[in-house]
Amino acid sequence: MAISKFNYNSFNVTPVASKALAFNSDADGFTTASGSSMILIKTLTASSSGTLSFVNGSSDVVLDDTYPVYKFEFINMHPQTNDKGLQVNVSIDTGSNYNVAKTTTFFRAYHYEHGNEGGLAYQTGHDLAQGTGFQDFTEGGISNDNDCSLSGEFFLFSPSNTTFVKHFMGKFNLIKSAAGGVSINSFVAGYANTTSAVDAVQFKMNAGNIDAGKIKLYGISD
Amino acid sequence: MAISKLNFNSLNVTPTASKGIGFDSGADDLDATLSGGSMVFIKKLTASSSGTLTFHHGTSDVILDSTFKEYVFMLNNIHGSAVAKISFQANTVGASGFNENITSTAFGAYHEEGDSGTTLEYEGGLDQAQGTAFQSLCALGGINTGNDSSGSGYLHLFNLSSTTFVKHFTSRFGFVGGGDYQTDAHIAGYCNTTAAIDGVQFKMSSGNIDAGDITLYGIT
Repeated sequence: MAISKFNYNSFNVTPVASKALAFNSDADGFTTASGSSMILIKTLTASSSGTLSFVNGSSDVVLDDTYPVYKFEFINMHPQTNDKGLQVNVSIDTGSNYNVAKTTTFFRAYHYEHGNEGGLAYQTGHDLAQGTGFQDFTEGGISNDNDCSLSGEFFLFSPSNTTFVKHFMGKFNLIKSAAGGVSINSFVAGYANTTSAVDAVQFKMNAGNIDAGKIKLYGISD
Repeated sequence: MAISKLNFNSLNVTPTASKGIGFDSGADDLDATLSGGSMVFIKKLTASSSGTLTFHHGTSDVILDSTFKEYVFMLNNIHGSAVAKISFQANTVGASGFNENITSTAFGAYHEEGDSGTTLEYEGGLDQAQGTAFQSLCALGGINTGNDSSGSGYLHLFNLSSTTFVKHFTSRFGFVGGGDYQTDAHIAGYCNTTAAIDGVQFKMSSGNIDAGDITLYGIT
């Protein structure tokens, strides 16, 4: 049975702006509850995709001053071509060009499945010094074996700010196919060296397509 | 105007404490399974030539008690009046000195914009061994003061209200270092106290926090 509309004063609860209606600890009472500050904005699912792009104002994507912090989560990113790595770039012209200058750091820990080798080191081949190319998330690449992939997280701070550079940082784990399998834990961080608003972010493999995987964009409100 | 009560049984839904009311998969049914979300905004402080930014439970709507098992401070575009490190300390309930004993680790990576230098290293000068000083969240230098320079990251604290365990924290903070170095700092440790902590303060290692936001969230 469809219910009829309630008047705003028909609930015995004191309204609080931006709060939701919830039950309290009594059997018959109401209270207000906070909503989450981490809001799912958009999920993109790869299917032999050349690129996955999040463009403010397109396909329900929000990437502006609505949120001060944005978080991308990567779930089982699988390359079509063996040993290819995921990369990122950003745009200040709503996705027409992904070529903003970036200075970044890249280091990683690794450990082989055979257990005989592991380590931690900075990797100069995967950082950028005012480079406009795509930033690597991986050293080497992800195995395209059926059970292999990359997962992780990537934060972007205040993309719409027009005073400061745009900081980002990510942490990933992946399987590389060398010598029977290597777990690689990579740490990427840097800044897009622009005071223009960043309004689009694009991800791709360094060669070949993204065979499968999900990238979820969240906004963290304040 | 007095509010008239809605009888609890006038909605065809079973109440569940702390759950919100939503529609279920039926066209005209309700349920009470909606959670508000696990990351809850508590308080944002905005620096304006500020010597310190302080979050104290019970003051200015700040919650820092057993309400949440984890707390996250998001630091956004922290800009100092001098090249310096953003740092923090904590207070136990009833204390006022922001001088808890801290044992911590500090390492980081940097890369200069002109590609002249990179490193990944532990910084022994920034860790603490039962020290009571403010703990730097920067490593390998301080935040540059150029107009477009700043630092952003997070500080994650666990189980502050516990009276059994020490209080662990982890952080990651990226910033433009003096001389235009991208720096990725990783600081972690514990406040070595079994007393509950209900206050956290941030300040620069020298000078003021010229600008920037620090936002506190609770994780349910």
